[in-house]
Amino acid sequence: MSNKVTLGVSVAVLATMAAAAIFAPVLAPFPPNEMVHTPFDAPGVGGVLGADGLGRDMLSRILYATRYTFVATLIATTLACMLGVSLAIIAGLSKGWIDIVIGRAVDILMSIPQIILALIILAIAGVSLTTLILTMAVLQSSTYYRVTRPIAGDLAAMEYVEVGRLRGERLHWYLFKEILPNMVPSLLAQFGLGLSSAALFISSLSFLGIGIQPPAADLGGLVRENALALSTGRLTPLIPAFCIALFCLSVNGIVDWLVGRFSDKPDVK
Amino acid sequence: MSGNRILSIDNLRVETRTGVLLDDVSIHVDRGEVLGIIGESGAGKSTLALSSIMLFKAGCRPTAGSITLGGQSLMGLGTAELETIRRTKASYVAQSAAASFNPFYRLEDQVTEIPAMAQKLTATQRRRMAIELFEELQLPDPENFGRRYPHQVSGGQLQRAMIAMALINQPDLIIFDEPTTALDVTTQIEVLRLIKKVASTHNCGALYISHDLAVVSQMADRIVVMRNGKMVEQGPTRQLVDNPQTDYARRLVAHQGDGSYATANGSDKTLLDVRNVDVGYGGVAAVKDASIKLGSGSVLALVGESGSGKTTLARSIAGLQPARQGEIRMRDNLLTPLVERRSFDQRRLVQYIHQLPDLALNPRQTIRDVIGRPLSYFHRLRGASAEQRLRELMEAIELPAAYLDRYPASLSGGQKQRVCIARSLAAKPDILICDEITSALDPLVEESIIKLLTRLIKDEGLSILFITHNLGLALRFSHTTAVMQAGRIVEHGDTRAVFEQPQSDYTRSLIQAVPQLREGWLDGFSANAA
Repeated sequence: MSNKVTLGVSVAVLATMAAAAIFAPVLAPFPPNEMVHTPFDAPGVGGVLGADGLGRDMLSRILYATRYTFVATLIATTLACMLGVSLAIIAGLSKGWIDIVIGRAVDILMSIPQIILALIILAIAGVSLTTLILTMAVLQSSTYYRVTRPIAGDLAAMEYVEVGRLRGERLHWYLFKEILPNMVPSLLAQFGLGLSSAALFISSLSFLGIGIQPPAADLGGLVRENALALSTGRLTPLIPAFCIALFCLSVNGIVDWLVGRFSDKPDVK
Repeated sequence: MSGNRILSIDNLRVETRTGVLLDDVSIHVDRGEVLGIIGESGAGKSTLALSSIMLFKAGCRPTAGSITLGGQSLMGLGTAELETIRRTKASYVAQSAAASFNPFYRLEDQVTEIPAMAQKLTATQRRRMAIELFEELQLPDPENFGRRYPHQVSGGQLQRAMIAMALINQPDLIIFDEPTTALDVTTQIEVLRLIKKVASTHNCGALYISHDLAVVSQMADRIVVMRNGKMVEQGPTRQLVDNPQTDYARRLVAHQGDGSYATANGSDKTLLDVRNVDVGYGGVAAVKDASIKLGSGSVLALVGESGSGKTTLARSIAGLQPARQGEIRMRDNLLTPLVERRSFDQRRLVQYIHQLPDLALNPRQTIRDVIGRPLSYFHRLRGASAEQRLRELMEAIELPAAYLDRYPASLSGGQKQRVCIARSLAAKPDILICDEITSALDPLVEESIIKLLTRLIKDEGLSILFITHNLGLALRFSHTTAVMQAGRIVEHGDTRAVFEQPQSDYTRSLIQAVPQLREGWLDGFSANAA
C-alpha cells in the first residue's frame, strides 16, 4: 500500500517539475539572465526566491534550469538506452568476434571513471549542449549494454528466433519484432534508474563547470553559481540541489513500482 | 474397520478462489497396494495425490470431505503436526529427479537428510543407511555411489536415488508422480521393475500418477481415471483395461492403438536424400555417417533414445547445424549445409517445427503476427489476400478465426502446437521436419495432432520427417522408419518391416521396451532380461 503512496507522490512531483520545465517562459516572472534585483536580495524582497550574486531572479533561473536538466537528461538517457540495447542485441545474436569486440569495448568504457572520461572528451570536443548530450549518451550506454546483453543472449536462444533464422530474417526484424518487445519490462526499470543517474551526472558536470555554460545554467550549474552564498548564511544554493534530489527520488519511486509490477508476479500455474 | 487401510480420502473437494480443482473424489489405498491415478494434465492427478499429505498449492484449500492417513484424520491439523506426519509417514518421488536434487550436495547427504533431521546420526551411520538402499536399488558401486553429486550420475540412476530417498524413512505411503516420464524406454523398464519390487518388499501403499495408461496398467492393482477434477472411473486394473465402462476410459484404452500400420500413399520418388552426413559440436561427433531417404508424400519416423543424435540430424537437414561431411539433396538440388547460404525457395520448402511451442512462439506476438509473417515474407501477401489465407490456415488447423487476435499465452498446449504447424504451412513447404512435436502433449491431444498431420499430407502434398522417441507413435503414423543409436542409423526401412522383423539387436530391445497394456508384460520382460 505504501508503494502506491510513493508512486502517487513521485508522479505528482515529476509532473509538476515537467510542467515547470515546459512552461518556464510563461511561468518565469523575469528573464533568467537579466539583473533585475539587487545582488543577494532575500526571498520576498527581490522576487519570490530572492536574487543571486548578480541580482538575477532565482525563481526564473530555477525554472529555466529545470528545463535544461530535463531536456539533457531525457535525450541523453534515450540515446544511451537505444545505443546500449542495440549493441546488446547485435552482440547476443551474432556471438563470435563481434560479441567479443563490443563486450571488451564496453569493459574498457566502464573501467575508466565516467566523470574523468567526460572531462577529457568535452575538453577535446568543446562544450555545447549537443556534445554534452552525446558524451553522456555514449558513457551511459555501457550500463544498458551490461544489463541487456544477458537477456538478449537468452532471448536469442529462443526457438522463435531460430524460426526467424530459418526464414532468413534480417537484423531489424529481430531487433524490433522478436527481441525488443520481450525486453521491455526489464528495460523500463533500467531506463528509470538511468534517468536519475543521468540527472546526477549532468549536474555534476555542470557543478564542475564543464556542463551547461553560463549565462545559461542547469540545476547543477545553479548550485555552483550560488555555492558561495552558503557561507553568508543564505540557503539559495540548497533550492536547486533540493530540486535535483527531488527529481532522482521521484524517478526511483516510479522505478520501484515498475520493478515490483513486472517481477513480483506470483507464479500462477 | 480395516487394519490394512493406509489412506482413505472421502468426498474430497478442493477449491481455489475462482474454481474447483477436485470435486467429490474418494480413493483408498491398502497396505501393499498400488493405486494408479491416470488423466490428462490439469485433470487434478497431482493435486489429489498431494492432498493425501495435506499439501496444497498456494491459493487452493480443501472445502469438504475427509483425509485419513494411517488411521489419523489430517483435516484441521496444525502445521507442526502435519510436518511430522509428512516426515514419518509419507514420501514423494517427483517426475524430474534432476530438478529435485540440490546440485550442491552429495547424493548420500540428501538421501539421508530426513532421518538425520529426526535423530542424531553420525556420518558413518548415515552412509550405511544410504549404502543399504543403493544396494537394494541396484545402483552401480553402492559403496561409493553416494559420494557423487547429482550431475555425475545418469537420469535413471538419479531417479533411483530419489526412490532411495523416499524409502529411507520407511513410509506407509509413497507418492510416485510420473517417475519415469522423463526417461528413455529402456531406462524406464529398469526403474519400473524396481518400483514394483520395492512396493511389495517394503509393504507400504503407493499412489502412482501417470498419463501413460500402459505404464499404469503394469504398476497398479487398481486405477482411478481423473478428468477435469472429477473421478471418471475407478476399478481393478484388469477390469478397467479390458472392459472400461465410460466413454473417456474407452478412448484412453483405444489410444494405445491396435497395432495397425499407416498405409503408404506416397509415390516411390525420393524427395529428400541424405547421404553419409557427419555432424558435430566442437570435437564431439553427434551424427556419424548417417543416410536417410524421405519419399514424396510419406512420413519418415526417426526414432531413438535421447542423445542418439535425432535432433542434430534434423537440424543439419534444416541447415541450423551445418553438416561437416556428406550431402543433403532435395529432389535434385543440393542443399548447402548452412541455412543462411540457402536460396529463398530452399528456405521456404523445408520447414521446421520445434518440440516446445511455448519457446517457439513469441509471447508478444499475436497469432495473426505469427502466421502472417511467413505469408508476407515468402509470398508477399498483404491486406485482404493475406487475411483470406490466414483464415484458410486457421481452418486447416481447426482453430476458430477469432483466435487470430489472441496471444499464445491464452492458448492450450495443443492449440499452440497447431499454430506452429500453421506457421510452417503458411510457407507452402514440401517438407515438414517435426521434432518431437507431440511429446509435451497429452495422449488424446497428441492423437488429434497426428490426425491433423495425416490430413495435411493428403491435402497439401506434404512429406514429413517425424522425430520421436515414442515407438508406438512411429508405428501408427509413419510409412518408413529409421532407428538411431549413438549417432548412427542402425536400421532404416519400411515401418512394418522394422517393427516386425527388426534387423539389429538395438531395435529389438527398443521395441520390447515399449510399455504394453497386456497383463504381465513387465514381469515377462524381467524374465526375458534375466
